[in-house]
Amino acid sequence: MSLFDKFSTLQQTRQALLQGGVSPFHLTVEKILSPTEAIMNGCHTILVGSNNYLGLTFHPECIQAGRQALEQEGTGTTGSRMANGSFAAHGHLEQAIADFYGLPHAIVFSTGYQANLGILSTLAGSGDIILMDADSHASIYDGCRLGGAEIIRFKHNDVSDMEKRLRRLGDRSARTLIVVEGIYSMLGDRAPLADMVGVKKQYGATMVVDEAHSLGILGKNGRGLVEEVGAEQDVDCIVGTFSKSLGSTGGFAVSHHSLFDMIRYASRPYIFTASPCPSVVATTTAALRVVRQHPELQRQLWDNANRLYNGLKTSGYSLGAEVGPVIAAMIPTKELALAMWQGLLENGIYVNLMIPPATPNGECLLRCSVSAAHTEKQLVHIDRTFQNLKEKFLP
Amino acid sequence: MTQYADILPQILETLQPFAKKGQALGEETELVSELGLDSMQVMQVLLKIEDRFDISIPLNNLPNIRTVKDLGLEIETLLKT
Repeated sequence: MSLFDKFSTLQQTRQALLQGGVSPFHLTVEKILSPTEAIMNGCHTILVGSNNYLGLTFHPECIQAGRQALEQEGTGTTGSRMANGSFAAHGHLEQAIADFYGLPHAIVFSTGYQANLGILSTLAGSGDIILMDADSHASIYDGCRLGGAEIIRFKHNDVSDMEKRLRRLGDRSARTLIVVEGIYSMLGDRAPLADMVGVKKQYGATMVVDEAHSLGILGKNGRGLVEEVGAEQDVDCIVGTFSKSLGSTGGFAVSHHSLFDMIRYASRPYIFTASPCPSVVATTTAALRVVRQHPELQRQLWDNANRLYNGLKTSGYSLGAEVGPVIAAMIPTKELALAMWQGLLENGIYVNLMIPPATPNGECLLRCSVSAAHTEKQLVHIDRTFQNLKEKFLP
Repeated sequence: MTQYADILPQILETLQPFAKKGQALGEETELVSELGLDSMQVMQVLLKIEDRFDISIPLNNLPNIRTVKDLGLEIETLLKT
């Protein structure tokens, strides 16, 4: 038996999906046209599954900054910051993020995935405990495992289950790292953070909040759920990504702890990887500036999110409980979800098809990510197409 | 101190609603392959067991729990610590 034999089940699943037409997990963007449009499968397609929440991927200031960095600093850094040294722009970006959050310390990672790997595996190691929401992103699961801490899950967004598990830990609760997300990527719901912070303080635990889907989206200044609930002094570390609302690539972590910067010297996912390339650092720094200077982007995103959410609700779809940039329509079966996903694509709309085991509660989802850059005309087309598919497949 | 012998009948009682019609449960019953539990049901069973014994079973230990007996021994260990 070969080591490769275990992939035969995956191959069968993939083949079954391909029989229905286009594979939802291997689609090519043949030409990207704007933050919300591309040529896919030979057709003009509206992007409603790309996490480009503020629509900044083609912002002229970001493009200009990236172009300039590419010309002046080259295509890559060819190594890690620890070995090759940091470019000045890495430090400038870290300062910009720290300033944005009003916190003294920031560390930049090469991807959002690595930010979770780097922070979680280094903060909680052997002998420590991690208490994590059961619906956490894969990068949180992987980061928790990498450090060797004891991992305990609590029921998704269930404060009483979280509290119960802290109580069971007794004195060990003080060595516990609680990990939650601002907005959860599958259903778009938020952590009940204010209550969770209260419990965290009661037990003397440490807390990390992943704001991957809430940076630039929640809070008066776009700092995320932590800002929205006023928990900036009580949350120990915020982790996030540049690859969603900032339209770039990379990840970060910020904190008020005086020893936070020492994580650089202990975090393997930070030390042993190539640092972000100059053009990416430049576009990210520019995007952060744009977010600070243009709060109307956040307002536009929420207008669009409300519009799409209410439209799908009126059509009779079962949706996640909260309006937000992630809007997930729950579809009863995998077959129906695939057929409807293909129906959307045939009508020039790309959303994410999410099926078990990647989804909570075994749900099949058509997941939309709304952008501030979606136009009225696009939203009308998305709304009508969903409505037509509902009548056709879920009468 | 709760011993394995006291724990076993409580596990079997918790698992009974998940058993197939006429299926006899015992120490060697395999939780996934014999009971046919999917990942959601495994989660439900664990939540019930954890609440019943007022413990939290670490995620790290789950790969070692294959049978009812494995689960009982894990609970016994957790109750001692």
